[in-house]
Amino acid sequence: MELTLDLIVFLVLAAFIVVSAVLAVTTKRILRAATYLLFVLFGTAGIYFQLNYSFLGAVQLLIYAGGITVLYVFSILLTSSQGDDHAEKLKNSKMWAGLLTAGAGLVICLFLTLKNRFVPSHFEHGELEVSTIGHALMGTEKYQYLLPFEAISLLLLACIVGGILIARKR
Amino acid sequence: MFDFSVVTNWVHDWLMSLMPAGLAVFVECVLIGLGVLVLYAVIAMMMIFMERKVCGAFQCRLGPNRVGPWGVFQLFADVIKMLIKEIIAIRHSDRFLYNLAPYVVILGSILAFACIPFNKGVEVLDFNVGIFFFMAASSIGIVGILLAGWSSNNKYSLIGAMRSGAQMISYELSVGLSILTIVVLTDTMQFSEIVERQADGWFIFKGHIPALIAFVVYLIAGNAEVNRGPFDLPEAESELTAGYHTEYSGMHFGLFYVAEFVNLFIVASIAATVFLGGWMPLHVPGWDGFNQAMDYIPGFIWFFAKAFFVVWLLMWIKWTFPRLRIDQILHLEWKILVPIGLANLLLMTVCVVFGWHF
Repeated sequence: MELTLDLIVFLVLAAFIVVSAVLAVTTKRILRAATYLLFVLFGTAGIYFQLNYSFLGAVQLLIYAGGITVLYVFSILLTSSQGDDHAEKLKNSKMWAGLLTAGAGLVICLFLTLKNRFVPSHFEHGELEVSTIGHALMGTEKYQYLLPFEAISLLLLACIVGGILIARKR
Repeated sequence: MFDFSVVTNWVHDWLMSLMPAGLAVFVECVLIGLGVLVLYAVIAMMMIFMERKVCGAFQCRLGPNRVGPWGVFQLFADVIKMLIKEIIAIRHSDRFLYNLAPYVVILGSILAFACIPFNKGVEVLDFNVGIFFFMAASSIGIVGILLAGWSSNNKYSLIGAMRSGAQMISYELSVGLSILTIVVLTDTMQFSEIVERQADGWFIFKGHIPALIAFVVYLIAGNAEVNRGPFDLPEAESELTAGYHTEYSGMHFGLFYVAEFVNLFIVASIAATVFLGGWMPLHVPGWDGFNQAMDYIPGFIWFFAKAFFVVWLLMWIKWTFPRLRIDQILHLEWKILVPIGLANLLLMTVCVVFGWHF
């Protein structure tokens, strides 16, 4: 296999993602875990940019890195006080159960990826037109059904507001 | 009109003749990265000097005037002082996050900085979703500020960080809505394309009323987004010492400081690009002689003139108005600016649909 610049960039990104992901689950402090998660999301965005899919990369940065992670950090800051953010030590039984689940997940993923016969890619290189993405998001034809999906998310928002209303004592 | 891509193409051809293609691309990436960093540092220093002089003028002072003519070498003294100061490590703080936070802030700032088109052919990151990427990059800084506030292990820092986070997340909405108004007018999100479409008149003239409203909303929200001016309560020194960077010293404080000033420049230059034509000279349709005369002035001079004009506007606001309270800030955003932004977006859509723009 030839070592091209593309491959090197991919390897660096992949190593970065894997190391950050492992650190995110092994660290004892919750805010550090959130920070490593941020690194994982950066790495994934980097892979999208490498594939020239800048729209998805920007979405990844905006929604996950800039939105969800900020939400996590905010809720950690609000709920836990400084000093007591260390995780409890894992019980042995729990650790074995976790390891078993992770191993089973890995086996299933590997089985599916190796068994699956991927159709040859018919993706043209180059950036995707923004208007194409826009039509896919707002259109009503086949494969263009994001608008109803967004309407469902409005329902979720209503559920959250309702939940707060019920949970609030006043 | 000077096209900078002549220079970049020449460098590209020269490197390609020296080494294999992959290595040449890598070297180009390194060169561009270095260029962006140098420009970033130079602009940060210019901004700090300008802030001191403008602040002095508004307070009927002279500003720095001892070191060199008009005090221009004051900056270099400041930079050297900042570089050689000790970086103090706080006990009982999360050392890793404490040291990481300034770099997250500066990373978001540099990513956003690289989106700006300085001249024809000088566009470092020019995706076809450019504006969207710019919004994404500028939202990364919030994480850094929150981390800085938390890891300092200081109540003032934490309160400052929480205020800053709430404020920046809120005002990002108005920034997005006002830029979206112009995207509706142009039907493109690519920065180079947006500048090209202003060849027959800047958008603030072409979009008339809705563009003007969007410009004003953008200036207010942009000012709040960079934690400056009347919206600088995250670092309100009378109540919070210095907000989220209270505990930082030396170059780590310097990074926050530099990022704040360059963020101001970024906000101003995006305003200049999206509303005032970027590097595009002032063109009036029909006046061919006038247009040609304007074309003799190079694009980057137009760009920097407009950007620093907007910077000057924002500094004028900062040194004129008193600081707001946190509830007033959130009230201003959620109950005034966001409804105006939404209604304005609708107005612009109506204008575009009926062709009521120039």
